[in-house]
Amino acid sequence: MRRIISGPAFALLAAFGLGAMAIWVSGGNPITSFGAMFAGAFGSGPTVAETLVKSVPLIITGLAVALGLRAGLFNIGVEGQLLVGGLCAAYVGYAVKLPAVVHLPLCIVCGMIGGAAWGLLPGFLRAKRGVHEVITTIMMNYIAFYLTHYLVTNPLKDATTMAPQTPEALSSAWLPAFGGLHAGILLALICLAGYAFVMGRGVFGYEVKVVGKAPDAARAAGISVTGTLVRAMLISGALAGLAGAVEVLGVHHKFYDQFSPGYGFDSIAVAFLGGGSALGTGLSALLFGALRNGAVGMQLATDTPREIVTIIQAIIIVMAGTKFVKNSSGSGGGADDPL
Amino acid sequence: MENTPAVEMIGITKRFSGVAANEGVDFTASWGELHALIGENGAGKSTLMNLLYGLHIPDSGEIKVGGDSVRIADPRDAIALGIGMVHQHFMLIPAFTALENIVLGAETAKLGLTDFRAAEAKVLATGERFGLRVDLHKKVADLSVSAQQKVEILKALYRDARILILDEPTSVLAPQEAESLFEMLRRMVAEGMCVILISHKLNDVISYADRVTVLRRGRVVASLETGQTCPEELTRMMVGEDVPTAEPQKASVVGEGAVLKVRDLSVRGRSGRALDSVSFDIRPGEVLGVAGVDGNGQRELAEALVGLTRSTGTITLGGVDISGMSVRGRLEQGMAYVPEDRRFALAPDFSILDNSILGFHRGFAYHGILDLDEMVERADELIGRNDIRASGPGAPVKSLSGGNRQKLVLGRALIGEPTILIACQPTMGLDVHATAEIHRRLLAECTRGAGVLLISYDLDEILALSHRVLVMYQGRVAGVLTREEASREKVGAMMLGAKA
Repeated sequence: MRRIISGPAFALLAAFGLGAMAIWVSGGNPITSFGAMFAGAFGSGPTVAETLVKSVPLIITGLAVALGLRAGLFNIGVEGQLLVGGLCAAYVGYAVKLPAVVHLPLCIVCGMIGGAAWGLLPGFLRAKRGVHEVITTIMMNYIAFYLTHYLVTNPLKDATTMAPQTPEALSSAWLPAFGGLHAGILLALICLAGYAFVMGRGVFGYEVKVVGKAPDAARAAGISVTGTLVRAMLISGALAGLAGAVEVLGVHHKFYDQFSPGYGFDSIAVAFLGGGSALGTGLSALLFGALRNGAVGMQLATDTPREIVTIIQAIIIVMAGTKFVKNSSGSGGGADDPL
Repeated sequence: MENTPAVEMIGITKRFSGVAANEGVDFTASWGELHALIGENGAGKSTLMNLLYGLHIPDSGEIKVGGDSVRIADPRDAIALGIGMVHQHFMLIPAFTALENIVLGAETAKLGLTDFRAAEAKVLATGERFGLRVDLHKKVADLSVSAQQKVEILKALYRDARILILDEPTSVLAPQEAESLFEMLRRMVAEGMCVILISHKLNDVISYADRVTVLRRGRVVASLETGQTCPEELTRMMVGEDVPTAEPQKASVVGEGAVLKVRDLSVRGRSGRALDSVSFDIRPGEVLGVAGVDGNGQRELAEALVGLTRSTGTITLGGVDISGMSVRGRLEQGMAYVPEDRRFALAPDFSILDNSILGFHRGFAYHGILDLDEMVERADELIGRNDIRASGPGAPVKSLSGGNRQKLVLGRALIGEPTILIACQPTMGLDVHATAEIHRRLLAECTRGAGVLLISYDLDEILALSHRVLVMYQGRVAGVLTREEASREKVGAMMLGAKA
């Protein structure tokens, strides 16, 4: 019973409760503010579409983090992997001329390869040398920030504008759009289904779970722990790269500096709140997308600043993170009965 | 003082999430008495002593120490009352010296610095009094298990313990070491201390203890003078019925040739070789028992054979050289492994279903996708064949009792009909029934023609099951004895370094 209360529901309840107090203390009305936030996220067809569009990168990056967590890896480098993947997709999008049937998939695959490449080094260092991936992925993030910044301000810069961005991708590389949405939502759904299937039924998912929860048992069962870790990190990075590619090809159609509002970091909260499952990750990504989108509506309709949403997100992270720490320290043979 | 009992526990009840570990337990131990507390696993012995040492708080009941009613909220209270406890798993810091470990937490300061000289004098005096000799300036990591135990005892005595609790102290010792431990304990008792001994070795209890209290399912069955009872009666009291004699049927015929050939197997340790040029054969249908005091290379031997540790030398399994193979390759070649450390055996957070294919999971996959029906079939088969008590295949493994977990581990290892089974401490922590069942299964493997390498720190188990006994000392083979040659005394002496 206690476990259910301390789960995601509790994190959400606490977050919105404390968020309401913050609104109230700063002179606002929590009920009208939250009402406006809801209307801003789900109030009409276009706002729902916008919420979904904002959820797409969160779903895919959330899965990237969730996969890492299942393997016992804390991939904080999703943001960097997303940037590299996005830039690869943008480059192939404008620099290569191909028919759409080939061009679009090629851009997506290149984005995934870029993300995976950015995840490879931390994965390899963790598996072979025991270097903690939190440190290496943070460092890889910085390299990605400044590398992409340099590239879009210098060699890959669109010469026709002052802005730090690549030229626009050819329309053959755009994700098809319809009614305020783009085809990235389909890719996100495919990722969710694929993740659920692989983790539930795949040998790879099985090995990932055992390596994450009982590495010693994995070794004794003949599972290659190093191989599984490297593969998990590669796929996590590929997903992050996919999210970057989808955002570039579906929304912006080019890579401009700092195009990501921190999807890679929100994805950590999404994964924690989602508890590592596909359904949970999908739902919490939707929630975060709605918060992000609803914040704009709330700020327009009331005096409540949109930063309240940041507070709510932060509390969710703290609450969900606490749950994770408790669970992870309880694994690995900690099941000794008092008897 | 001699008239009032040292410890009185009256009507003690302790429940863990609704399950009673102790139920209305009355327990009395006197000054100048070596009191044994016996019972099966889960009978509540350790719980009762943890209550006395303040590790748990009783739900109801009264504790009196030296005649005064006391409340023991944590071990500090217990220590202040003169109670000391030596746990089964030692609570020492390996990187500190013996003296530092003894003094830690009870330092006497001189000018703000720990007064090690005074401390050492006190420890030496105490040690001299009871015959506890340890090199105080050696790091604990470099001490033998029996020396570490002495450090634990000295730690309690340094804090002026007059009531000393020992939880299964002989389970890690060679017979001769156990004997000298009991001599020390007798000297403490002779000086008027109260020593409480949790044990399951009934012969030791009868030989050395004054009184014995028997627990069964959290209740006291009897408390009597050891002179008035015998091991058979105590077993009946512990189990509540007559147990079919655990002495196994050794009828299986040992075949010719070797299923497993090991030559010059060595493993590098932190200092020198943890395993040093070990060679032996196991014939089909044979149990080769590996005897030795814990930490003499047994773990390294098992891990080198399974491929978990890098090693040199050659290992031939059924005529195939497997020395260079990965763990997976060796398992596929017909090796099965029951690890000593249960963390290597099961993923406790996962279901029986997931655990029942661990290590064999690739055999359940088609194009990388696990066949759920076949998995359920396997789990049901394991549960049925091995009499695993569980709510169903979906139950998490951590909800199983130790005995049922071990039945799952062994059942899973044997279902593929391995040619060689590496079984490490297969009955550690199991009760009489579960132990007998595991022994029966091991011997059934021999009858099938498989070879079994049995590593155990319980010499009785080794002697009962093995066709030949390999004794390990300091990473080397001290000798290999046939069943007829292997007497307790001879094996015990070799475990301590004597030549065969």
